[in-house]
Amino acid sequence: MNFLIGAFKPACNISITFSDGKSRKQENGQTVMVPLFQSQENIAGKISIEPFQGKKIEHNGVKVELLGQIEMYFDRGNFYDFTSLVRELDVPGDIYERKTYPFEFSTVEMPYETYNGVNVRLRYVLKVTVSRNYGGSIVEYQDFMVRNYSPAPSINNSIKMEVGIEDCLHIEFEYNKSKYHLKDVIIGKIYFLLVRIKIKNMDLEIRRRESTGSGANTHVETETLAKFELMDGAPVRGESIPIRLFLSPYELTPTHRNINNKFSVKYYLNLVLVDEEDRRYFKQQEITIYRLQDS
Amino acid sequence: MMLNGAEDEEKWLAEGIAGIQHNAFYMHRALDSNNLREALKYSAQMLSELRTSKLSPHKYYDLYMRAFDELRKLEIFFKDEGKHGVSVVDLYELVQHAGNILPRLYLLCTVGSVYIKSKEAPAKEVLKDLVEMCRGVQHPLRGLFLRSYLAQVSRDKLPDIGSEYEGDADTVMDAVEFVLQNFTEMNKLWVRMQHQGPGRLREKREKERNELRDLVGKNLHVLSQIEGVDLEMYKETVLPRVLEQVVNCKDDLSQYYLMDCIIQVFPDEYHLQTLETLLGACPQLQPTVDIKTVLSRLMDRLSNYAASSADVLPEFLQVEAFAKLSNAIGKVIEAQVDMPAVGAITLYVSLLTFTLRVHPDRLDYVDLVLGACVKKLSSIPKLDDSRATKQVVALLSAPLEKYNDIVTALTLSNYPRVMDHLDNGTNKVMAMVIIQSIMKNNTCISTVDKVEVLFELIKGLIKDTDGADVDELDEEDFKDEQNAVARLIHMLYNNEPEEMLKIICTVRKHTMAGGPKRLPFTVPSLVFSALRLIRQLQGQEGDIVGEEVPATPKKIFQLLNQIIEDLSNVPSPELALRLSLQCAEAANDCDLEHVAYEFFTQAFVLYEEEIADSKAQVTAIHLIIGTLQRMNVFGVENRDTLTHKATGYSARLLKKPDQCRAVYACSHLFWVDDQDGIKDGERVLLCLKRALRIANAAQQMANVARGSSGPVTLFVEILNKYLYFFEKGNQQITGAAIQGLIELINTEKQNDSATPDSASDAFLASTMRYIQFQRQKGGIMGR
Repeated sequence: MNFLIGAFKPACNISITFSDGKSRKQENGQTVMVPLFQSQENIAGKISIEPFQGKKIEHNGVKVELLGQIEMYFDRGNFYDFTSLVRELDVPGDIYERKTYPFEFSTVEMPYETYNGVNVRLRYVLKVTVSRNYGGSIVEYQDFMVRNYSPAPSINNSIKMEVGIEDCLHIEFEYNKSKYHLKDVIIGKIYFLLVRIKIKNMDLEIRRRESTGSGANTHVETETLAKFELMDGAPVRGESIPIRLFLSPYELTPTHRNINNKFSVKYYLNLVLVDEEDRRYFKQQEITIYRLQDS
Repeated sequence: MMLNGAEDEEKWLAEGIAGIQHNAFYMHRALDSNNLREALKYSAQMLSELRTSKLSPHKYYDLYMRAFDELRKLEIFFKDEGKHGVSVVDLYELVQHAGNILPRLYLLCTVGSVYIKSKEAPAKEVLKDLVEMCRGVQHPLRGLFLRSYLAQVSRDKLPDIGSEYEGDADTVMDAVEFVLQNFTEMNKLWVRMQHQGPGRLREKREKERNELRDLVGKNLHVLSQIEGVDLEMYKETVLPRVLEQVVNCKDDLSQYYLMDCIIQVFPDEYHLQTLETLLGACPQLQPTVDIKTVLSRLMDRLSNYAASSADVLPEFLQVEAFAKLSNAIGKVIEAQVDMPAVGAITLYVSLLTFTLRVHPDRLDYVDLVLGACVKKLSSIPKLDDSRATKQVVALLSAPLEKYNDIVTALTLSNYPRVMDHLDNGTNKVMAMVIIQSIMKNNTCISTVDKVEVLFELIKGLIKDTDGADVDELDEEDFKDEQNAVARLIHMLYNNEPEEMLKIICTVRKHTMAGGPKRLPFTVPSLVFSALRLIRQLQGQEGDIVGEEVPATPKKIFQLLNQIIEDLSNVPSPELALRLSLQCAEAANDCDLEHVAYEFFTQAFVLYEEEIADSKAQVTAIHLIIGTLQRMNVFGVENRDTLTHKATGYSARLLKKPDQCRAVYACSHLFWVDDQDGIKDGERVLLCLKRALRIANAAQQMANVARGSSGPVTLFVEILNKYLYFFEKGNQQITGAAIQGLIELINTEKQNDSATPDSASDAFLASTMRYIQFQRQKGGIMGR
């Protein structure tokens, strides 16, 4: 049995280490901790290939690629590379013992953030390929994450709106901004101008709308990430109800608009009023979420 | 089958309590192991039990108190940063992550309390944030309790003057602002409660709502406790803001309660200085609000304040408290058209009480109040509400009690006008109150004018009122009333004869209208009052003779003559006879023979014509004899006529013993034991002999009629007369005659048919002892 197993064993062990791997911040990529980068950074490191005992690897060349990929879940396994950089590490030849190749991709343009959505995944990966004529090429992947920070927007208007159902309900609400960073807090107010329905409570929801594909194939998935009760009971005319919602407890991402024509991720604030018969009255407003550099 | 409401509620409450206990258990575990995350999680779950809508306020309170106790433990944990390792600022944010608003806000208030204590942020900022965030709970019951919790935890942390949380300048204002806002919101929620749920349960709901009122009122109490709320701030900020809320909420339950609250919690001095503002709110309240009670309480408080120290009285004058109150009451009555009479009158009673206490010297104020009351009473039909009547009586009694002097009340022009609005029965009660007041204080009414007014006041007692239902009269009450009037007449007195005569004339004018049932009660008082005047005039005789002097005994006697005649026409002959004799005696003392004769004539005529009852006759004849005996004004002729008549009547009495006694009494008419009194021994003896004959005849009649002779009493009585005259030196009465009489008595006693009688035996025995004693003494009796 051992023999058999040995026959299918990979011929070598490839390890990729980042040059600042020990000091670089790690981010939980769902199940494993992976290094975190941002755009324009140098991505450098070493790749060591160590053949198993007493074996030699005959290859047609060794290369490392840096790939930025978008994977649609309805098209699983089929990656679309929006970024692809290659470094040839070795010319064809044989490797008898452990061999280490330094590599570097300098100031890599990585415009999009790593994203794990419902129907789409955007990932960055380093791919090491040892090409062989027979037995297939040996490939090793190393994921890493990218997060891009934005400065605070120079224009950030509040959202103010008056909505209602004629002779039933008239409210005016205000959110202090239209763009919030991930640890931001939403401050606002709801004024009740007319209340003729028996309201039971009012919630503020944060909804994420992920749309994938384009044209007729567009697929939209909406998730409610936060349901935050703003008001308990029925207000009367003239009441104003404060809003203060901290975003930090929720797992939000920045807003992604039309990433490579493949997908978008948008965020909405949904103000929901529920009456005593459990009818829901709501108004949805888009907000932009961005990642603010931690100071 | 469905459970009924109460059982359901018990079940829900039990479930709620169980939920709280369950989560509290895990919370305690988390607290013990310093696990903040878990502590927050379980405390939020615990507080979620308070989200129920199924409980009545009473039961909800139970649930709330249990959660409250648990929150105290949580607060202690929050305070100790060493245990959970999170700064209070971060904690303040952390608790706001809770998704449900009610647990979130309870936790926020709890952390907020710790936050203020830590002084990492100014108290005012935190308080402001808390009170603002609490707006999120609009459910009346839950909101009320939440805000009540906020009030509770913040009470000792207000940035008041002298408090450790006092910040820079003007933070008191922040404290006030905070409490005011919480108060306003709580009141709004409380008012809104009435609109919850189905309409048919309204009554029950209002009752439940009333149970919650102290949650709202507590805020006012807190306000009053803030050191920094001085008069200035109270006047400029606190009161206007509170009143604004009270007026605007347009809810009678709330308005009534809060007005009362304001009056009770803030100092009297503040009320006095803000009267105008406070009173200005009253007419703006809902018409269903019981303003009278509110205002009454205010006036009571102010009255007590005024009574507390004389130093504060100038303040009352300075702010013109009376004018303001009076004005406000007028406006309230005007504004509340539907207010029942009793309400308006109650208000006036309170105002009057206030006036009497604060401005006892201002009778014009008192009269003003009464006048206003008259105005109100005239606008409504005759009072038929017993409570209203009671209030009118209270209104009228108040000045009497205060001044202890009816004379003061008599100067109040509106006093009788108020009385006119009472029904007959109450009018009488009030009249009695007035009379009793006079009696109690021994007040002397000394002018005709006042007497006139007084009689106007008590006219219900003096004469029959139109339409009075005579059947309803209670005999005993009537007697009491009339006796009171009779007593009253004696209190109408002036030392000045002329004025006194006028008073008497006035009293006569009024009492004579009283009718046959009243005269027997009132006339004697009147007569004796007049007689007193006569005696007084007689005392100062000399200066006042001559026709031009209005008050002469003669004139008064003429008056008396008419009065007695009126009385005899009633008829009340026995009383008239007694009074005639009294007058005769007075005339005697004034040396007016004709007048005295006239009165005697009157008495005799009454005896002859009006007194038919034999017993009454006996009494009357004895009275006549007694009076006549004392007369010394008569000339021989007149005297003879009168004594003759008297003896004649005596002998014609019906019963023999009565005859006998009257006749021997007549003997005194001929023997007046004065220096120049008549002493006609012969006629005395004649009378006695005649009496003896009658006694004999009586004895025989008794023998014939009953087979036994009566006791010897009559004889012993005659014997006593003999002894009397003997001692007085009447020559016609001899020892032998006395001896004979004694023997006669002894014979009579030994007669077998004699009835033994212990009383007459004793009488005889003591008489005999007396004779024995006198004999031993010798002297005139010594034979």
